Amino acid sequence: MNVALRLLVVFVVFLTFPLIVGQTEHKVMAHMQGRLGPMYAGGFHGWAQLIADGVKFAQKEDVVPAGADRRVFQLAPAVSLLPYLLVLLAIPIGPGEGAVGQVLDAGVFFVLAVMGVGVLGSLMAGWASANKFSLLGGLRTAAQLLAYELPMLLAAASVAMAAGTVSLPGIVGSFHWWWLPWQLTGGLVFFVAGLAELQRPPFDMPVADSEIIFGAYTEYTGLRFALFLLAEYAGIVVLCGLTTVLFLGGWHGPWGADGLGWLWTLLKTALLAFVVIWLRVTYPRLREDQLQKFSWTLLVPLSLAQIALTGIVKVVIS
Amino acid sequence: MTPLAQAPHGFLSPTGVEIAFLLVGLVTFGAALVTVTTRQLVHAALWLVVALGGLAVEYLLLTAEFIAWVQVLIYVGSVVVLLLFGLMLTKAPIGRSPDADSGNRWVALVVAVAAAAALVWVVVDAFRTTWINLDGAAAGSTKVTGASLFQNWVLPFEALSVLLLAALVGAIVLSRKAKAESAPPPVNGRAVTQSSPSVTGSGIHPIVQRAEKKTEKKTEQESEQEGAR
Repeated sequence: MNVALRLLVVFVVFLTFPLIVGQTEHKVMAHMQGRLGPMYAGGFHGWAQLIADGVKFAQKEDVVPAGADRRVFQLAPAVSLLPYLLVLLAIPIGPGEGAVGQVLDAGVFFVLAVMGVGVLGSLMAGWASANKFSLLGGLRTAAQLLAYELPMLLAAASVAMAAGTVSLPGIVGSFHWWWLPWQLTGGLVFFVAGLAELQRPPFDMPVADSEIIFGAYTEYTGLRFALFLLAEYAGIVVLCGLTTVLFLGGWHGPWGADGLGWLWTLLKTALLAFVVIWLRVTYPRLREDQLQKFSWTLLVPLSLAQIALTGIVKVVIS
Repeated sequence: MTPLAQAPHGFLSPTGVEIAFLLVGLVTFGAALVTVTTRQLVHAALWLVVALGGLAVEYLLLTAEFIAWVQVLIYVGSVVVLLLFGLMLTKAPIGRSPDADSGNRWVALVVAVAAAAALVWVVVDAFRTTWINLDGAAAGSTKVTGASLFQNWVLPFEALSVLLLAALVGAIVLSRKAKAESAPPPVNGRAVTQSSPSVTGSGIHPIVQRAEKKTEKKTEQESEQEGAR
């Protein structure tokens, strides 16, 4: 496939997959909580609910508070959303050059670095809104990012050590099934830290709607608010895709790995996205200090232990 | 960085990459200037993002992909976030801070120019005739960087990590000392203390304390509060 086509495919995935995750969240949450969920829009089980939501958001007035820092306030949603588009470019869904937007030499570093940039959007929104709830949300966002970036990096470093490369296709290429138990701890740490970085429940104190309204997004309306929501769902797609690629073997599967590898990647990603939604419905929100304690006293030591284990096994088998 | 002797290089017929390098350099320089001259504190931090991101692009253009992503990861993703976190704890207003100026600005300018001159001189002197071959294998790939780091530069690398460790221990010592001195949390610091990243019972976070010192200087009202306490 030539470059333009690959970029187009990545763009279409970026536009559609987050919406699919969003719609799945509506329906899965409804079923788990024994309620109907969207049923009217579009006729069949409310399939068009998100499109209706989109139309609604587009119609709303775009309000900028009088005391806000206009330019920063208006720029924040884009800063929050665009990094995920860039990350999607680097995630391979199948073997070979054609199944990834762009092969990068240091892919692991690229995706983690760019994902961290997205958080700047929330910080800008939190500060520029001239609202105390937004400011509190921004503070919590920053504290959360600083706490969870480290275990996430260490867990990813463990896989890179195991594979002997930092390129994403390279890591999946050298995957064996016994990596699953070997890298299990790292995988869990990565996924949990990623959830925290996306501010998904149970790590959603920065947006905690019942204590600080909606954190950094309190003052946002209409399309800009929708962009923040879209960033959250794009983040889910990216996180699940990355966990699949790094820890679950990407396109490898028990059978049919030749030719149907991309299907395995999508299947694993979808399964993880389901788990993300499941966690939202079943777990209460952590308190801010519990969140920090969880990261520094549990996730960081666990990821360091995983790195030690990876190193020992790597030396023994070589 | 492979020196190329066979092909003549000159400054008069620049290639596309060289032009891009120059333009990105100008943007980076401009952003850096705005960072130190603007009176809007948070804008300064955001312009710093532009400057650091521009540097990452320059690394990319020099084929040092690994360094470029690490630059984004550490500086844009962590250092600026920490800066913004610190700024949010201060009373930096939206718009201009009237007192965001320093009497030392001319001294600072002299130091900055001297440091820049020294760095430019060292770099020009070291890489005067070195050209990067863009057609061959990337000279700054992860593999090349790792090999040279752990074969030729192990000692500086380890020395640096010891330095960082010392800084880490120092930070912990400072924050523990602060805990012993200030038993009750200050009145105007209570709100921020609750949302600070400190684990329960670890006292006041160093960032919060620094922020308080800054705000103390800023408004009379606050220093009155402090005095009353």
